[in-house]
Amino acid sequence: MNIIVLIKQVPDTTDVKLDPKTGSLIREGVESIINPDDRHALEAAIRLKKAEGGKVTVLSMGPPQTIDALSEAIGMGATEAILLSDHAFAGADTWATSFTLGKSIEKIGRYDLIFCGRQAIDGDTAQIGPQVADYLHVPQVTYVFEIEKIQKKSIIVKKRLEDGYERVQCNLPALLTVIGELNVPQYPTIGRLIDACKEKSPIQIWNASDIGVQTRDVGLEGSFTQVIKTFAPKFKRQGEMLEGDAKKVAGTLVEKLKENKLI
Amino acid sequence: MAVWVEIDLCNGCKRCVKACPYGAVEISDGKAHILEHCTSCGACLEVCKEKAIHTDVKLRAIPDFNDRKGVWVFAEQRGGTLNKVSLELLGKARELAEELNQDVSALLLGDKVSGLCETIIAYGADNVYLAEHKNLKEYRTIAYTDVVEKLVNEYKPNIMLMGATHIGRDLAPRVSRRVGVGLTADCTELTIDPEEGILLQTRPAFGGNVMATIANRYSRPQMATVRPGVMEPLPKSGSKGDVIACKVSLTEKDIGTKILESVREKNKGVSLGDAKVIVAGGRGVGSQEGMKSLFSLAKVMGGEVAGTRIIVEEGWLPADRQVGQTGQTVRPEIYIACGISGAIQHRAGMLGSRYIIAINKDGRAPIFEVADWGIVGDLHEAVPAFTKALKDSTGK
Repeated sequence: MNIIVLIKQVPDTTDVKLDPKTGSLIREGVESIINPDDRHALEAAIRLKKAEGGKVTVLSMGPPQTIDALSEAIGMGATEAILLSDHAFAGADTWATSFTLGKSIEKIGRYDLIFCGRQAIDGDTAQIGPQVADYLHVPQVTYVFEIEKIQKKSIIVKKRLEDGYERVQCNLPALLTVIGELNVPQYPTIGRLIDACKEKSPIQIWNASDIGVQTRDVGLEGSFTQVIKTFAPKFKRQGEMLEGDAKKVAGTLVEKLKENKLI
Repeated sequence: MAVWVEIDLCNGCKRCVKACPYGAVEISDGKAHILEHCTSCGACLEVCKEKAIHTDVKLRAIPDFNDRKGVWVFAEQRGGTLNKVSLELLGKARELAEELNQDVSALLLGDKVSGLCETIIAYGADNVYLAEHKNLKEYRTIAYTDVVEKLVNEYKPNIMLMGATHIGRDLAPRVSRRVGVGLTADCTELTIDPEEGILLQTRPAFGGNVMATIANRYSRPQMATVRPGVMEPLPKSGSKGDVIACKVSLTEKDIGTKILESVREKNKGVSLGDAKVIVAGGRGVGSQEGMKSLFSLAKVMGGEVAGTRIIVEEGWLPADRQVGQTGQTVRPEIYIACGISGAIQHRAGMLGSRYIIAINKDGRAPIFEVADWGIVGDLHEAVPAFTKALKDSTGK
């Protein structure tokens, strides 16, 4: 079974601090981690490889330091990894990113399953998985929290809904996006981490020409959407302190909720 | 391709630093410097009053989209029940369409769902494109994508909105890729730019610590998913609309997925991410025993109980109930912070909540800075009193 896992390196939000004056993010000195949902995707792929045989190829697009995330993925048990890194890829929206990833997957060739995390904690868009699936013309199941059974030509998974779940049978090859409920990821082993750093490292680096894309189709130039402004959210909070004894305050609060049609 | 600063002209005003969406401009020695991760987007050029920033990037031509008309809403239904978010979107679509002087249309897909058209029209749709087929009975990605793609290509809308629900977040990106357009996720604010007439899409990023406004100048329809509960449904009396039945041809084998079973779990606590009300405890709760009143309150409000890192470390709640930077980011309608001081790590996980109520003994606790309503007092008195007042008022 050939499995591809798409991961993203993100700033560790436990380290993210806000500038007290401007309210904007201070990014300097913020450590980078494998996006939490993607770690569950990796774990799922590695477990499937152990059970079914085959290999796990990890793919990530990002600046050169993304290699740390890929080394960690190798440490967790992935077979090989590919870093898509090129200045031309910078500033990509999900359209350009899914194109770049899709092209790379075509270059990788044969696969049975692609795993992604549901969404990344820096952008929260949850778009890349479905967009890559559509690019590759394969079916998708999102919000996967259980892999029930894998068969020759299909997989049976459980998909989380707002108020329950669905059991879905999905033809292979397919793309699954997973949520944290799926598994508990293991820590990388030292031995495998060292492998990732050896001269014959299982990590390759591909640039735009390696995957045969034009600069105008990737990165900011290949994007349809653009961030035109970022700002610290103004908390339109009412900031009202309710005075009085517990009973009075409770009554006032109920009134406030009613006024705002919250109850 | 690059952006550079003509140092002699720069007066160190920092406008460019503020304008940069990527944090790629820095002031050192009183002058602006462009950092390596600059994407050449040009945001700094526009704000520089000294004309000190230059680029060799050619301006991208914006295609002419004058033929694109109409604001579309994907009317999400499951089992014949409309999702409330679709009515909210119709309200917003109405507002946007009036500004553009265009029509509002809804897309309704399903099997034997025509009965919903009346409601959709009553909430603001001028047209309903109705696609009925037995293969559309349950939501399945490829079947729905195929149908939406066909309709978009046939009728060429200007804007298309979907709810940021599990279905919307599965369908919208798939459709955007298929149709060849950009997509902005989880918007909380949508407006029309008065000059360009384009849709300005504002959404939170980094767990609500940063807001970003996104434009989609280069493709149509301008697609966005919108967080449930943010927009207002606006029912109109006596509204009229047309139902346009659409031909659907779908073959089962092209769909690729089959729903074997659909299970509603009434009693299972919803995940925090989906909870409408969250009652959260912090250090001030004091003990496992102290959590009980939080559970009672959550029960009365139909909400979920969560906690800060301390609560989880003490073992008073399981790890999947932790809110904050090391836990989850939540965006309920109401967040009730009980005995939580409001450290930045916790706030980052809950700032996106629509309303925040804070109960804390210490009136100087930072949680009050982000609260809509604050109560300085003992949560062990305030929480039960509030629970009782709610029960009395709702008669539960």
